[in-house]
Amino acid sequence: MSTLDTTMATETGGHHGPAKGIGRWLFTTNHKDIGSMYLWFSLLMFFLGGCMALMIRAELFQPGLQLVEPGFFNQMTTMHGLIMVFGAVMPAFVGLANWMVPMMIGAPDMALPRMNNWSFWILPFAFAMLVSTLFMDGGAPNFGWTFYAPLSTTYAPPSVTYFIFAVHMMGISSIMGAINIIATILNMRAPGMTMMKLPLFCWTWLITAFLLIAVMPVLAGVVTMMLMDIHFGTSFFDAAGGGDPVLFQHVFWFFGHPEVYIMILPAFGIISQIIPTFARKRLFGYASMVYATASIAILSFLVWAHHMFTVGLPLAGELFFMFATMLIAVPTGVKVFNWVATMFRGSMTFETPMLFALAFVVLFTIGGFSGLMLAIAPVDFQYHDTYFVVAHFHYVLVPGAVFAIMAGVYYWLPKWTGHMLNERMGRLHFWLSFIGVNVTFFPMHFIGLAGMPRRIPDYALQFADFNMVATLGAFLFGFSQLVFLWNVIACVRGGRKAEARAWEGAEGLEWEVASPAPYHTFATPPKLPESLR
Amino acid sequence: MSTQPNHLRLVRRLVLGAVLMFGFGFALVPLYDVFCEITGLNGKITNIGPVATAAPDTSRQIKVRLIAVHNEGMPWAFGPLDGVISAHPGEMKQTAFRAVNPTTRRMVAQAIPSVAPAEAAQYLHKVNCFCFEQQALMAGESVEMPLLFVIDKQLPEHIRSLTLSYTLFDISPEVSAAVVAGKEQSL
Repeated sequence: MSTLDTTMATETGGHHGPAKGIGRWLFTTNHKDIGSMYLWFSLLMFFLGGCMALMIRAELFQPGLQLVEPGFFNQMTTMHGLIMVFGAVMPAFVGLANWMVPMMIGAPDMALPRMNNWSFWILPFAFAMLVSTLFMDGGAPNFGWTFYAPLSTTYAPPSVTYFIFAVHMMGISSIMGAINIIATILNMRAPGMTMMKLPLFCWTWLITAFLLIAVMPVLAGVVTMMLMDIHFGTSFFDAAGGGDPVLFQHVFWFFGHPEVYIMILPAFGIISQIIPTFARKRLFGYASMVYATASIAILSFLVWAHHMFTVGLPLAGELFFMFATMLIAVPTGVKVFNWVATMFRGSMTFETPMLFALAFVVLFTIGGFSGLMLAIAPVDFQYHDTYFVVAHFHYVLVPGAVFAIMAGVYYWLPKWTGHMLNERMGRLHFWLSFIGVNVTFFPMHFIGLAGMPRRIPDYALQFADFNMVATLGAFLFGFSQLVFLWNVIACVRGGRKAEARAWEGAEGLEWEVASPAPYHTFATPPKLPESLR
Repeated sequence: MSTQPNHLRLVRRLVLGAVLMFGFGFALVPLYDVFCEITGLNGKITNIGPVATAAPDTSRQIKVRLIAVHNEGMPWAFGPLDGVISAHPGEMKQTAFRAVNPTTRRMVAQAIPSVAPAEAAQYLHKVNCFCFEQQALMAGESVEMPLLFVIDKQLPEHIRSLTLSYTLFDISPEVSAAVVAGKEQSL
């Protein structure tokens, strides 16, 4: 097959281009096409989930009920969480992996291109099903993105069954994506690229893919148990039949905690690519970065019950999960140290990707510290289910995962489109986002510590000022994403031509191919550049 | 492609891993029960059936508080005859709960016990308990449901009182569904 391809290629003097029309996107097996589709899909979901967030914030602008019914408010919090986690952040990372992993390791495509196509095309159907529940009798799921039983079983709206099948489909898609990435990285590296020469983005994705394979089936299992409780009379989570609702939380968080690392490890990888480029230095402590990522992944399986300190765990359990959780700060600290050490005495410049990467390092660390506060079991009884938790996980997910994705998009856009981005608009987007994010989420720390519970449409008067500030910040952040959209579209359509090595300090195989990257790259394995040998 | 068999082997292993993890998710259910049973967490009572009663340990008196809880939507009147019982460890104690079905239809209920502190759960032996079986009551009917228990003499010294709570669940829909299914099968 490959010999035939090469002969044909040499005879016709080049590779065939993409197919024409809609068929190109429906039937494509090209990793670049599929990567683009993943990225556009996740951007669409980002805006959809963002609109829901703005609806939540608009209702919380003032105390009292102004805009939406409390029931609809609950549907918004639930759908916002589900769409952002499963629809925006995860597919964006898979999209980046599709685009960059084969180019970074010198492979012609993903290992299993047809499965790649399938794993993408499941997603639009899964999310169409999930979003369609908004228009059903009884409304969309309203039990929070964590769908605790019995809220999601006994007291759930009828649409919960659609939610369950949507989760099944997303899970299948993620598992197939993960298998593909593992097979690509393990089997298709260019000759001479040993595991310890892999770019860190590939390393973090490899570890993430193993996490996905380990925990997405557990998520599928827990929603299947819900399905059986709802429709087939079993009692997994129903105390009347001998089940236990607390069991739900254990199984869910056994999935859920590794899931939060699934959403952050690829971000670590992106940042570890960008900072060395703009500091014009090699990454400090490459091997320790790899080991730190692996330790975070392993520890993520041992800390799930820190989400449920208040369910009545025994003292020994609280202590174990408290200390295990705090232990995660060690490898994470290694990473932050390495990023800072990479920048130390580097000749830094501050282009848009670097700005986002720097904001990531600072703001993710703030989110990490509030995580450490939450890890302390005795004080968690105070913080549990307050806005402090909301502030914490938004700090690690928005200026964490989302900023890293944006940094990655800005960093690799010249490679994808062949055009440099509009730096002025990029900086405008950065500063609006940076200010918007902090104005939105920083006050939530204070209202959380003061006792405002999460997932409520109305609140006591003393929280009014900070909520108003948060809402203003949310609208600033939300609308500044239109600048991002404009910037991406403008960069696709035109701009200053990008060189193969679009950024001065960029190292790696992806910068050896032309910009824009040709439809087919590395049909024959490349020779490693000097910096990788 | 030369790498294709390589892919196949790897993919087969990864798929197997995913399938095993799906199974593991379900295996967590019995594992959780076993874990709770061994550690006595969760306040689930597993010591049921008769126990040999030796001389009670009269040096200690344990206060046993009895609590009745209705699950949401359960209309029965349900409560203990004695709110608090004092028992020596090793002493057999008998009490009862009273249940009334005030509705105009036959209903079936199931009581689920729980012990606090959870540490004490494994030292509470139930010789006979209404929670072992489902309880059916006709419209307006009432019943006294017996409870016979012994506190283990091994009960740690620092536990001076414990709470035994029952939550009453309405399981009439499930039972009638099972009856219908049973009839269909016998037909």
